[in-house]
Order: sequence, then C-alpha cells, then structure tokens
Amino acid sequence: MSKQKAVKEPFIHITKKRNDMIWWKAWLIRGAAVLLALIVCAFIIVLLTGYNPIEVYKKMIEGSFATKRKVWALLQGIAMLLCISLAVTPAFKMKFWNLGAQGQVLVGALACAACMFYFKSTLPSGLLIVVMLFAAIVAGMVWALIPAFFKAHWNTNESLFTLMMNYIAIQLVSFAVASWVTSGSGVLGLLNADTNCGWLPAVFEQKYFINVATVALLTVIMYVYLKYTKHGYEIAVVGGSENTARYIGINVKSVILRTLAFSGAMCGLAGFLLVSGTHHTVTETLEGGMGFTAIMVSWLAKFNPIVMVLTSFLIVFLQRGSSEIATAFRLNESVADILTGVILFFIIGCEFFIRYEVHFRKKHKEGEE
Amino acid sequence: MATAAIELKNISKRFGSIQANKGVNLSVNKGEILSLLGENGSGKTTLMNMISGIYYPDEGQIFIDGEEVVIRSPKDAFRYNIGMIHQHFKLVDLFSAAENIVLGLKEEGKFDMKKVCARVAEISERYGFDIDPNKKIYEMSVSEKQTVEIIKVLYRGANILILDEPTAVLTPQETQKLFTILRRMRDDGKAIIIITHKLHEVLSLSDRVSVLRKGEFIGTVKTAETNESELTEMMVGKKVTLDIKRTDPVDPVDRLVVGSIDVINHDGVKVLDDVCFTARSGEILGIAGIAGSGQRELLECIAGLQKVQRGKVLYNNPQTGEEENLRDKTPLQIRQLGVRLSFVPEDRLGMGLVSDMDIIDNMMLRSYRKGATAFVERKDPKNLADTIIHDLEVVTPSATTPVRQLSGGNVQKVLVGREIAAAPTVLMVAYPVRGLDINSSYMIYNMLNEQKKKGVAVIFVGEDLDVLIELCDRILVIGSGKVAGIVEARDADKNEIGLLMTKSDSLQEGGAADE
Repeated sequence: MSKQKAVKEPFIHITKKRNDMIWWKAWLIRGAAVLLALIVCAFIIVLLTGYNPIEVYKKMIEGSFATKRKVWALLQGIAMLLCISLAVTPAFKMKFWNLGAQGQVLVGALACAACMFYFKSTLPSGLLIVVMLFAAIVAGMVWALIPAFFKAHWNTNESLFTLMMNYIAIQLVSFAVASWVTSGSGVLGLLNADTNCGWLPAVFEQKYFINVATVALLTVIMYVYLKYTKHGYEIAVVGGSENTARYIGINVKSVILRTLAFSGAMCGLAGFLLVSGTHHTVTETLEGGMGFTAIMVSWLAKFNPIVMVLTSFLIVFLQRGSSEIATAFRLNESVADILTGVILFFIIGCEFFIRYEVHFRKKHKEGEE
Repeated sequence: MATAAIELKNISKRFGSIQANKGVNLSVNKGEILSLLGENGSGKTTLMNMISGIYYPDEGQIFIDGEEVVIRSPKDAFRYNIGMIHQHFKLVDLFSAAENIVLGLKEEGKFDMKKVCARVAEISERYGFDIDPNKKIYEMSVSEKQTVEIIKVLYRGANILILDEPTAVLTPQETQKLFTILRRMRDDGKAIIIITHKLHEVLSLSDRVSVLRKGEFIGTVKTAETNESELTEMMVGKKVTLDIKRTDPVDPVDRLVVGSIDVINHDGVKVLDDVCFTARSGEILGIAGIAGSGQRELLECIAGLQKVQRGKVLYNNPQTGEEENLRDKTPLQIRQLGVRLSFVPEDRLGMGLVSDMDIIDNMMLRSYRKGATAFVERKDPKNLADTIIHDLEVVTPSATTPVRQLSGGNVQKVLVGREIAAAPTVLMVAYPVRGLDINSSYMIYNMLNEQKKKGVAVIFVGEDLDVLIELCDRILVIGSGKVAGIVEARDADKNEIGLLMTKSDSLQEGGAADE
C-alpha cells in the first residue's frame, strides 16, 4: 500500500496561470533572473578563464560607460536597434510575421547611398539629405508592400516571403557596390568623403545626436500610434481576430497593406540613418543582424515601444560589454558569446515562470493512513 | 447495501486560487444511472476528469468495487473499466467506425477486421445501437459519431460509463433513442454517470441525482423523490423563478425580408438552399435546427459576412421608410446605410469580441470610428463598460481585464450588452445561452423580450427546443440548409419540430443511396 502511495502523484505539475501576474511581481522575477544569470556566468568565467568575475563584470560595464565616446556609441547602438524594433512592431502586433526587416533596411540604405553616389555634384547637401530620406523610405515601403500585397490577396505565407526578400536585397547591394567600385579593392569606401555631401551634420558636436533624437521621437510616436489612434486600434483588432475585424466592418486587406507600408517605411528610415548618419557607405552586412535581433527586442517588450528602450539597451549593452571583455582579457570572442547567451537564456526563460505555475508534489507528513 | 461500482470519498481539487472541487462524495451502483447536475463552472467536468485519469485529485479516495484505487492516467482508468464519452468527439475522420473503435488497442494475436466487426455487431445488437462498422466517420451525423464513441468504450470492456453532456448536440428523437440505449445498459448491470444541465432529462432518465455548486458537493437525492424546482434550488443556491414572460407582438411590420437565398461555401457545398423568411418588428423569430444546418451562414448573409449566390436581403428602414437591399454589401456599408443591425455571433471570442482586449476596448469595436480625429476616444466606451458591468452583474476584477479571463457567461453578457447598447432595429443572436448558468440564461431571455417590446425584430438561433417554444413568437425550422417549415410557437409541438429538423436530412440520405 505504502509503495503505491509513493508513486501516486506526478512530481511536477505545470499549469497555465489563470490570471496575469501583478506587474511588480513579474519584474521581481525578471530581476532575480538577471541576478541568477550573473552568478552562473561568474562560475563559467572562473572555470573557463580563472579571472575574477567581479573584474570581468566591471570591464563589461566599462565597455559601455567608461568614456563619453563609449556612452555615445552605446546610445547610437540602442537607437539603431530600437529603430528597427519599432519598425517591425506594428506588423507583429497584427500577427504578420515580418522577418524581412534586414532586407527592408538594406534597400533603404541602398536607395540612400545611390542618391549620394549619383547626385553628389548636382544637389546641395541639405536638399540631397531630403531626397535621400525620401528615397530610403519609399524603397523600404515597397520592399514590405510586396509580401503584404500577396498576403492580403492570396494569403501567402509572409514569413517565408519576407525572408526570401532579404536575399534579394543582399544581392542587390552586392550588385550595386560591384558596379560602383572602379578600383580593384571591391569595397565601396566612404561616399563623398571630401565634401561630406549627404552626411547628417553633427549637433552639439555629437555625430550621432540626430540619430538618437530621431529614434527617441519615433519611440513616442509609435507608442501613441499603437495605443491611442484608430489605426493602432484596428491593428490590434486584426491581430486579435481577423473574423472579429471583418464582423465589425474593418477592411482587413487595407489594414495589412497600410501597416506594412508603415513598417517598411520605418525600416527604410533606419537604412537612411545607417548610411547618412552613421557609416556613409553601404555594404551587404550594414544592418549587422539587427533585423533579426529586433524581433527579439520587440517580443521581449511585448510590443510596448517604451519597454523596447529597455530591452534594446540590454541587448546592446551585452554586445558591447562582451566585445570589451574579449579584448581586455584577450579572451576568445566565443567566451563573450557564451556569457551573452547565458544571460539571454535566463531573461527569456524567466517568462515561463511569469506565465505558468509549477506545482511540486507535496510531502505527506502526518500519518495519513 | 451492495458495494458501489465506483465511490468517491472527500475528493478535492484546486487550480491555483480556484477550488474546482471540494469534499465531493458520490457513488454509483451497478445497474444505476446517476445524473451529475450543476451549473457551468461548478466542477462537474473536473470531477469526471479525475475519474478518467486526466487530472489527479489533491485529496480524497476513489474506490472501485470496494477497493481503493489510484488512477494516474487514462490508461489506469481503462484498466479499471472506466470509459468516458467526451463532449467533443475524439475520432479520426478518415477512418471507419470499426477502425476508430479498435484504434490504440493492443490486442494479442493477429489483427482481424472481421472479428472486430463481429464484436461491434454483437455489442450493437445487445444494446440496440444502429451502426454500420464500415462507414467512415466523415460521412456520419453527430448522433452516429456519438454512437461510435459509446461503442468504443464498451468494446474496451467498460463497466462504468461517463457521458459529458451527451444530449447537447442531439434532436429530441435522437435523445430518446440514446436514453433507451442507456436504460438497456443499466439493466445489463453497467454503472452510468451522465453530466447534464437539462432538468427534464435528469428527471426522466436517472435513478439518483448528485448536485454540485461552485465546486462544492451539495447532496444526492433520489430522482423519484424530487422535482425541478428543488433541483434548481440545490444547483443555484436560492429559489429562482423559471418562466419567460412572453407578450404579444405590438403592430408588427416586416423589417427584414429574406428572399430565396442560396449560399455555396468554400468546399462547393450548398449550405443554404432557397431560404425565404420575414422577420417582423416587435417579434422574436426563432431558428431551430440541428447544429450546422446553415444557421451560421444564414445570419452571416444578413450581416454582410457571407457571399450570397442568389436571392435578396431587404431591410425596411423605419426612419426613412425606404427599402434597402443588403446583399453584397460589407458590414461597414450596411452600417453606413443607417441599418441598425446588431449581431451576437455563435463564436463569441473568435468573432464577436477580441479575447486579448479588455472590456473597454471591446466596447469600442462598434464605436471607435466616431469622431473626426485620428485618435480613439475611450471615455464613452469606459462609461458603457461600467454600465454593462453594473446592470448585467458581470463578474470581473475591473473594466480593464482582458475578456479571455472572464467566464463564458460573463463574456456573453459583455457581448450582448454591447450589441443591445447600439439600439438595434434588428437583433440577431446565435446560441446566446450556450454554456451559461440558469440565472444568466434567464437574464438574457429577459433582455431579448425587452428588445422585442421596444419594437426590435429579434432573430434567435437556439438549440433548446423547450426554450424556443416558450420564448419565440414564430419558429423557423431549418434542415440541411432548407426551410423545413415555419411554425407558430404558441401552439407548436416539440416532436413536430424535431421531425421537421430531420425531415430533409433523411430525404438527402435517401437521395445519396440512390446514386
């Protein structure tokens, strides 16, 4: 009898929470997850490298905050990642899985660079910048509208479609670079390096000021757009249930097209900021994987633009910190990647405990028989 | 007293902060039918899931034939000869009845379909089932599918049968047939538990009734010694009057005239065939029929959600006196014409509401376009939400709670409340009380009656014929997409309606056999 008792209840039960957790409790769990991640990382550091983990963490923080220049580099990194994250968010809120941010940013950047290349001697810098901005936005928009059109009319799979559009964009950039570069190096150097024509000017002596300020403004605009406008409301309804949207008389097709046009336009804008305000050139790797990282940033923030500031900070901070320790301690880059991976694992993993409840088998103490 | 086939002692189960079952005691003897009665959310299904091994109780003991047992999985339940027939059938559509019956069984020796069919035939004969073992599931009616589910558990040697709301999907005639079979099984010594909330079924079928309320065990009574009002009181916890005050329609005018509508769905099946009817103001028009006979498509045609191949939908505007054809118009165009049409669809969370949104945002669905600015205005929707929560006694933590967290009845109150707040001239409701407890159900009936008094043309698609006959003025019976008849509800007969419901069905079957 007692033997039967011992096996009678499964050890762990997992159930979905019936009610959402109170916000401060959820943040407490997230905080605990970060702390736990740091402790686990400390062990890894000691085991793999033998360095003092406190020193390593210190260097990591220094990577982002040691000098004014580093702080601005951090802000610039956040701004770019945040810009693309904001861009993908309306589509995601509509449950349109746009995996094509990479391509949309690249075509925007390409259009922008093309303007710089062809109009450098015909237009004054100020006017050129306006033309570049316009071209980038239109290019990004078109790149997003193509899969949206097919989705709206024939219900094609948008994930595959947008993903494949990325490769086309990459090849387009390669093609353009190859045709523009006349020297044997095959690398497109800084465009208009002599005249700075089409370069966003430095404000307050900060090269990245315009980038950061633009994205800060966009964050607020996106927050208001999603939460307080009729368009934002329609996006939420279509994302929640297309049947309900139809029932209430929303034209689902036009909402899909409109939202993707907006999403693509913002990606194009990110491309413009990367070319005109940052690199002043275009390469196939210009967006540096941000098109995909942005998906994580957006999801982690549950599509809330204000929270995205925090999540993109976290990602950029970890990236900068890990490359800092890699050079400072002459570690292999992989060690830094391992640490970043562990921290992200804990942060994403803790959402499980926010959404689900885990029950362990209770010990039966008093004589039950 | 003989030992019970199955006995539960002091069973409790919690889900987080919710006590699903608390101290439940019940027993069923061999050769007995026990009804388990309770409102939605009272823990009936949870309790039965513990017997069939899907959940594990936190406290309490289960005895089978007098011996304590531990049921940890459906496999264990099967070993103790417990068989559960779920509300939603678990069958493979492309398989035949016999294939579904033996699916998953690990029998010794070579697999022999002939032997299986012979045993199925034997079981069928013994209890009076009418089934063709070689018929594919997708060709079957709901009632036939249910038969397959029951034979499936009997084939596995079940002595204790649990049926979760088996009559919800059946016509009165099919229900009677099922009851005859269940009585025969009882006489054969099986122990049967039937979950239901239809009182007249409880009284006509079972030997004893156990009642649950909000997870708590209220008691068990002998059916012969009780009556409807006592059972209701046990279920609800207070005296409720269960009558619908039907008034006579006041100056009915033809509000909506549906003429010869044909609808062909995506699969090329004609789901509506030459449907004609008129809905009048100040009148409740009931629509009766077996589930899936075209009721949903009919309402969606009128709401502008379904493409119509033939026919017209004429709306008589009481303000302008003009007649508008709503056919081929989108829901938005219909509204812009000034047609005040409210619609409570069958799929509440999938069509009527957005489940992730809170109550306020769901109120906004009808009104968010108001105002010339690009911004939405949440003040009026908030007031409306507060009013509905207060007037309809919606149980919710706040107006900013996502509707998916509300119980079925409260979700329905939110939806019906919103649709009525739009001051409709035509109100269409599909299965408005499905899954609702008695109190909420009668609240909805009263709301419909009030709309009728205000001169609204109400179209009510229902499944409970007793309610349809009591509530409506006229009842349109639909069978396989055709109008089988329109009857005056005041002198309608339940069996007559039941026959009409299946009439065209049997015609079609006859036609198919000829081919």
